[in-house]
Amino acid sequence: MTNAVSDVGKEVALQLRDVRKRFGAVEIIRGAELQVRRGERCALIGPNGAGKSTLFNLISGQFIASAGDIMMNGRSIAGLSPFQINRLGLSRSFQITNIFHRLTVAENLQCALLWSLGYKYSFWQRLPALRDVRAKADAVLEQIGLQRRRGVPAGLLTYAEQRALEIGITIASDADLILLDEPTAGMSRSESDAMVELIRKVTVGKTLLIVEHDMGVVFDLADKIAVLVYGQVLACGTPAEIRANAKVQEAYLGTHVPESELAA
Amino acid sequence: MAAVLLQRPVHVPRRGSAWLVFAVVLLVAPWLCGRGAGLSILSQMAITMIFALSYNMLLGQSGMLSFGHGVYSGLGGFVVVHAMNLAGTGQLPVPVTLMPLVGALAGGCFGLLFGLVTTRKSGTTFAMITLGIVELVHAAAQMFPGFFGGDGGVSTNRVVGAPVMGISYGPQIEVYYLIAGWLLVSAFAMHALGQTPLGRMANAVRDNPQRAAFIGYDAQWVRLLTLTISAFFAGIAGGLAAINYEIMTAESVGIEASGTILLFTFIGGAGSFYGPMVGAVVGVLMTVVVAGMSNAWTFYLGLFFIVMVVWAPGGISGLVLALARTARHGRSRRVWPALAMVSATVLVAVTGLIGLTEMLYHRTFVVGDGNAIRLLGLTVDPSEPTPWLVATALMAAGATACWHARRPFRVAWDDAQTHVAEALRQETQ
Repeated sequence: MTNAVSDVGKEVALQLRDVRKRFGAVEIIRGAELQVRRGERCALIGPNGAGKSTLFNLISGQFIASAGDIMMNGRSIAGLSPFQINRLGLSRSFQITNIFHRLTVAENLQCALLWSLGYKYSFWQRLPALRDVRAKADAVLEQIGLQRRRGVPAGLLTYAEQRALEIGITIASDADLILLDEPTAGMSRSESDAMVELIRKVTVGKTLLIVEHDMGVVFDLADKIAVLVYGQVLACGTPAEIRANAKVQEAYLGTHVPESELAA
Repeated sequence: MAAVLLQRPVHVPRRGSAWLVFAVVLLVAPWLCGRGAGLSILSQMAITMIFALSYNMLLGQSGMLSFGHGVYSGLGGFVVVHAMNLAGTGQLPVPVTLMPLVGALAGGCFGLLFGLVTTRKSGTTFAMITLGIVELVHAAAQMFPGFFGGDGGVSTNRVVGAPVMGISYGPQIEVYYLIAGWLLVSAFAMHALGQTPLGRMANAVRDNPQRAAFIGYDAQWVRLLTLTISAFFAGIAGGLAAINYEIMTAESVGIEASGTILLFTFIGGAGSFYGPMVGAVVGVLMTVVVAGMSNAWTFYLGLFFIVMVVWAPGGISGLVLALARTARHGRSRRVWPALAMVSATVLVAVTGLIGLTEMLYHRTFVVGDGNAIRLLGLTVDPSEPTPWLVATALMAAGATACWHARRPFRVAWDDAQTHVAEALRQETQ
């Protein structure tokens, strides 16, 4: 019995138990339940205003839940600060590009991995001499395909490049649990395809929770889909299960649609 | 391989030689500037440089707009004055050479103490709390006359004990070299700090405190540590001021000291490391040289500051950098004619403005002593209408011409900057 419990604790990377968030009189998240297993790629979908970004902000510590519990690797993280949650191995990206504009691309990535490499608030070590930081930043640069932009101030990058850097900053620290908030928003088809490839590549062996509007991306990337409607997780299952779920179709699209259309 | 070859020889030796040049300039400056008033101006400049550099750790590198940095240099200075008086009576075995370190420790301690309150927030809230701290400390100066010396301040004697290796710190030249030595060490240390994990994260917190939290950093800790270190160096400047002037008064912890360093740092340019040093040189020159020529010098300083904030927020160093980049990318020829045109019109307008300002000041503040004043090499009689008309005409003509020359310049400049930004974006290194 005890064994089984600890096994579950190990296997579940993220668990939300009856999470609620109230802004004034309005309850945006109304008892959300979610379980993401280690190594799973879970997509969070739902209509506009369903509370997807709010849920992300609750998990990552930007907001504090009004009630309920959020567990990461079996440990409660509800009420912790964003930096504390990050140090426990959760890293997130943002819907609106959230980078360090005046720093160069390479510096952005260096910043993103300093804590994980144990340099903390050091003011007695010179960055240019830290080989591990350089090497790791270079490796991430190559992964996100921005080697040729390494010395460019991040604010001067194109939108697609900034989105790639956003992902790079998110994954640089090697966090186990990655939260991506609409990584392909505002992208062209080809840019979006490249982004999906990038996400697939950099999240190998990690747990992924992703908010995405593009159903093509969702079905392409996710092995599990959670549907959030009015602050509650309406359904959670494999892409095939979600496609076939009449409740989801009704709530999400307002009407029953043939499967073929949903998949398009 | 090519990348390594390109990077190494360009950057590393050049940076080393920049420090060497700086050291040589500090060494020979007294011979170029004379030994009397020139030497005391140099000493003041060097102290202000340390102070401005320490201030820019906050303003430029961490995005913390402080209205109260004078508190740390001032308190550091007061502690040093008392320490020197103790050393004078043999109660404290610290040589004068190391006294700035006492000021640094005092500054750092007060930085940590006040920082616990101020750095909880950034932006406007931080700025307002720092203003509160200045008022607090300034009021404390009245409440603790034993430490702050009341209206007369606390004086000291920098000649303590027997000369060490022939150095007594009696002559100003010895004090200058003490200040120059500390400037070199402090500037080098502050530059190195900018290249450490904390220094880089201070930049990150400046650009985007929210994201810094999501990569594992507590923005408040970054700000607090940065402020403490910055106050440490402000304390060195304060300690050197105490040695240089042999007196500290409550003014040094007042709002004016804090406001002045903000002005100087901004005028020099908060965006680069050396900008604040340029600001210290220009600022001290304005307070000493322009003040010697005109009673209206604070008016000119204020006007200069406003012009910089509005039209050149990168300060003098930012302006130089932008012009250099424009030249490097081959866009000078399109910018220079328009720039020369605008500069000429501004010059005409400023000439008129100076004329009017000086005559107004003369009429208001100078009594007797005849009517004629020397103005820009001319003898002018402000009781006559002609000089007023001429000055007004110059200002009006300059302003009008500037209004018309402005647009072609804007077009050429914006075009050049867009080109430079695109070129920078494409640079692979």
